[in-house]
Amino acid sequence: MSGYRLADGGLVDRATALSFTFDGKRLDGFAGDTLASALIANGVTLVGRSFKYHRPRGILSAGTEEPNALMTLGEGSRAEPNIPATTTELFEGLVARSQNRWPSLGLDLLAATRPLAPMLVAGFYYKTFMGPTKRSWMLFEPFIRRAAGLGAPPTGADPDCYDRRNHFCDVLIVGGGPAGIAAALQAARSGARVTLADDAAAPGGALRGSRTRIDGEPAGAWLARSIAELDALGATRLPRTTVFGYYDHQTLGAVERVTDHLATTDGSSPRQRYWIVRARHVVLCAGAVERPLVFPGNDRPGVMLADAVRLYAYRHGVACGRKVALFTNNDSAYGVVRDLSAAGAPLTAVIDARAEIPEACRRAAHDAGVELIAGSVVRGTHGGRSLSALDIGGVGGSGTVRRLDVDCLAVSGGWTPRVHLASQMGGPPTFDARLQSFLPGAPSTGWIAAGAMAGTLETAGCLAEGADAGDRAARAVGLEPTATPDIEVSEELTGYQPLVIPAIRGRGKAFVDLQNDVAASDVELARREGYVSVEHLKRYTTLGMATDQGKTSNVNAIALMAEGRAGGSAEVGTTRFRAPYTPVTLGALAGRHTGAHFQAERRTPMHDWHVANGAVMSPVGPWLRPRAYLRAGETLREAYIREAGNVREQVGVCDVSTLGKIDIQGPDAGKFLNRVYSNGFKTLAVGKARYGVMLRDDGMLLDDGTTWRLDETAYLMTTTTGAAAPVMQHLERLLNVAWPNLQVNVTSTTSHWASMSLAGPRARDVLADLLDETDVSGDALPFMAVRRSSIAGVPVIVARLSFSGELAYEIFCGAGYGLAAWRRVLEVGAAHGIMPYGTEALGTLRIEKGHIAGGEMDGRISPHHVGLAGMLSKRKPYFGSALANRDGLLDPERYEIVGLVSRAGEPLRAGAHVVSGPAGNPGPSQGFISSTTFSPALGKEIALALVKGGDARRGEVMYAADPVHRRHLEVDVVSPHFHDPDGTRMKD
Amino acid sequence: MRILCPCCGERDAREFTYCGDASRVMPALDAEADAWAAYVWGRKNPRGPHEEYWQHAHGCRHWLRVTRNTETHEILSVLLEGPWRARHEAKDPR
Ligand SMILES: [Zn+2]
Repeated sequence: MSGYRLADGGLVDRATALSFTFDGKRLDGFAGDTLASALIANGVTLVGRSFKYHRPRGILSAGTEEPNALMTLGEGSRAEPNIPATTTELFEGLVARSQNRWPSLGLDLLAATRPLAPMLVAGFYYKTFMGPTKRSWMLFEPFIRRAAGLGAPPTGADPDCYDRRNHFCDVLIVGGGPAGIAAALQAARSGARVTLADDAAAPGGALRGSRTRIDGEPAGAWLARSIAELDALGATRLPRTTVFGYYDHQTLGAVERVTDHLATTDGSSPRQRYWIVRARHVVLCAGAVERPLVFPGNDRPGVMLADAVRLYAYRHGVACGRKVALFTNNDSAYGVVRDLSAAGAPLTAVIDARAEIPEACRRAAHDAGVELIAGSVVRGTHGGRSLSALDIGGVGGSGTVRRLDVDCLAVSGGWTPRVHLASQMGGPPTFDARLQSFLPGAPSTGWIAAGAMAGTLETAGCLAEGADAGDRAARAVGLEPTATPDIEVSEELTGYQPLVIPAIRGRGKAFVDLQNDVAASDVELARREGYVSVEHLKRYTTLGMATDQGKTSNVNAIALMAEGRAGGSAEVGTTRFRAPYTPVTLGALAGRHTGAHFQAERRTPMHDWHVANGAVMSPVGPWLRPRAYLRAGETLREAYIREAGNVREQVGVCDVSTLGKIDIQGPDAGKFLNRVYSNGFKTLAVGKARYGVMLRDDGMLLDDGTTWRLDETAYLMTTTTGAAAPVMQHLERLLNVAWPNLQVNVTSTTSHWASMSLAGPRARDVLADLLDETDVSGDALPFMAVRRSSIAGVPVIVARLSFSGELAYEIFCGAGYGLAAWRRVLEVGAAHGIMPYGTEALGTLRIEKGHIAGGEMDGRISPHHVGLAGMLSKRKPYFGSALANRDGLLDPERYEIVGLVSRAGEPLRAGAHVVSGPAGNPGPSQGFISSTTFSPALGKEIALALVKGGDARRGEVMYAADPVHRRHLEVDVVSPHFHDPDGTRMKD
Repeated sequence: MRILCPCCGERDAREFTYCGDASRVMPALDAEADAWAAYVWGRKNPRGPHEEYWQHAHGCRHWLRVTRNTETHEILSVLLEGPWRARHEAKDPR
């Protein structure tokens, strides 16, 4: 193929030259070119290597259906693989690279995989995974994996910005061709809020640059007039926008390519914008794709779709070859014959598979002075990396073979409506014998298909059908349509009449799916092997599973499968098309929800103090919490050991504002809590707190925490940080669904309160200095007491609770006072040796006490596993009680919580398995380590673990097996209550 | 999907949390383990209309009884659940 720029014609701006590079070579084009049209104009024929066999491939189409001309565009972190050259608008400085070749496109050493071709037939994945070929798979796998594929993704973070937008309209029109514009006009004229989305840069579809005349004017004039009217009516037009998915309840996803076509941007616009469109009614005018014909050597560069050859001539002023022949089986290609003559790039011959050719077609060929070779097909192609000649013979192998020298072959096998979006929200596409293709099935929601997508190929029909669809859509949203003006369209060929020829046999591979390298022989092999379902065929041969989703291949493959079957293609049917219609960049879906914006970050009122005082912050769910406060030269480990030790010896303060807090009020609040918690809550007095355990309906642990009775009818529940939302939802569920008659209200107050835990033997001394006029003696403020008080006039609630096992108090104040109260605690505490402590020390202290937390409460744990069976009341029913004591949970071999001590003093790791045997003979897993720490109180490396029959194994020596880190450590199994098991320290 | 919250109007499904089959009736707390086992683990997974709970978690937080066709995702009715149910049903002609 030797394409070139025609002397005139096309919609390109010949005054604006643009330079770009392809595989490092500088080339030139014009504004208005696509990358594909510019490559053809520069005589570039070879643009890529095929997926499996590394065969040379050229540009096939001029649209989103392109299977071959996939490029990597841009450089560095902006490089984007697998972009069709046919949909890429040219800009100054564009950098394009071909893919799947090494070291270069011309000299592709990976083409050496071709001797492996017999291995790569249909179903080769399945065949090689099992049976005698398993060995050869092992041998060839690394090589095949490297050789097969598309472009490589960039490894750096995406530097571009993306946006998301929600959009509402009465009528969404998908596709800006004649049908779409006619529909948009009629709907907008009726007063509907109309949105017109089109994937091209400019509206018009097939009309753009065409020779068709509408109402006596060139089509371009009608287009300009129509667009001006739409704009005046206030329609939203979305150019360069692909509607890729049609979802439930009239929600559609679209991606607008905002700056991809620009050489430079000022940074004020996102690269792409993801539109979530909610449309009351939808008109689908997505058009149709031309089908290739399947014949030997049909993948040689220079073989193109006929309509693409026409389009490059009249839209871009580019001829695709010096000697171009056309091969067809239907009438529509004769429009190409006329248009190419008019564009100054006449054909040399038309090869028509049909013996009987309609008079209008004969006349078109004759008028264009083109030789018509009827009743013939292309039986083979010649040339290396580009087409040089054809073998032409009779249909079915009859007649002598004639050789015809050409450098481009335009192929038309008929038209395939783009039914994808309709298939996502409708019944199965239905086979149409006239088209020899599938039409949209019955809608399952509010949409209408019109134009080529609905099987209407002529412009006049598209305009009429589009206008009618616009009227129907207007009616569907409750508006009265206006009269449709008559539109006159210049004479066009209206016949179609395709001859069905699923595949032409001969020497060489005849490809059905160019992108996934599936040949007719693969489909036939699958058929011989008994694959009769189109769903199986797809998976077995990988047909239609590439990035182009088989837009040019599905219908041909189905026709091949249907050969010899009475019901034909209608009986075979087609697979359902899934979103996205064309590939969507993940960045567009993520929008601005990346990095720190991925999830809203929650900070406690004391956050800034932590950061300013050496805290190492770490995420706990959405919260940021201090792990430890590092002093100069300290490691994290040294810091938390110091902090935990200080709590045991003097006093520490910890920010516990992240604890979930739920305000529970109402006359039935006590009754409610008594049902929610597994232990008794009936007797909880005003001014007292109680530790409680709550279960799920299946009897497993949901959460634990303390609830404080503030008043006759008012309680404050605390939950673990992670379970705040699930517990809130659980309570709401019970009050709405199970017990709607209970007079109780629940409100989440987590972020209303700033909370801190003051812990250590000197906590009472600090508290005495801290609170305004409050008796903090053991008699006045006993264990589990709750009191209202104040700090420098700021109201607080103080509860004497302990998570660390030390004498401890929780102090709650309004979030706005949190920072001031925290500072005050540290000021007052300075004289008593106070230090702030973080989550590492908090964890250490609770592990030393054997208290469970997130590591243990993983959703598979019941109170019987963690020593909390005593919390299950036998005197009352409670939520989860019916299943809390089922046999499986009482099995003596159930997991039970134990303490582990590392015998050699090596640190243990959470997630390690607990086994009975030494390294080399570990035996089966007996459980797992859930939490680990170094215990300053014991001076040892300790852990909590869940071990089968754990209670009975105390005193045994076992092993912590961590093969991932190549560790196998001897451990003593002990009670989980490492420190002060009687709890005398906290109750003093 | 879109759900017509009786409180807030038509809102996107992402504002709601699916909360399970609403056709099952929770046994009394003191009911036998078998009744609870059937309630907790028995699932019909019907094709067609299905009553289910949705909570408008990122909205009014009401619990809703939604009848949804599991085959087409068509939503046939949305009713308030909980203490407001009776008042809502009195106003709703259905
Ligand atoms: Zn609501």
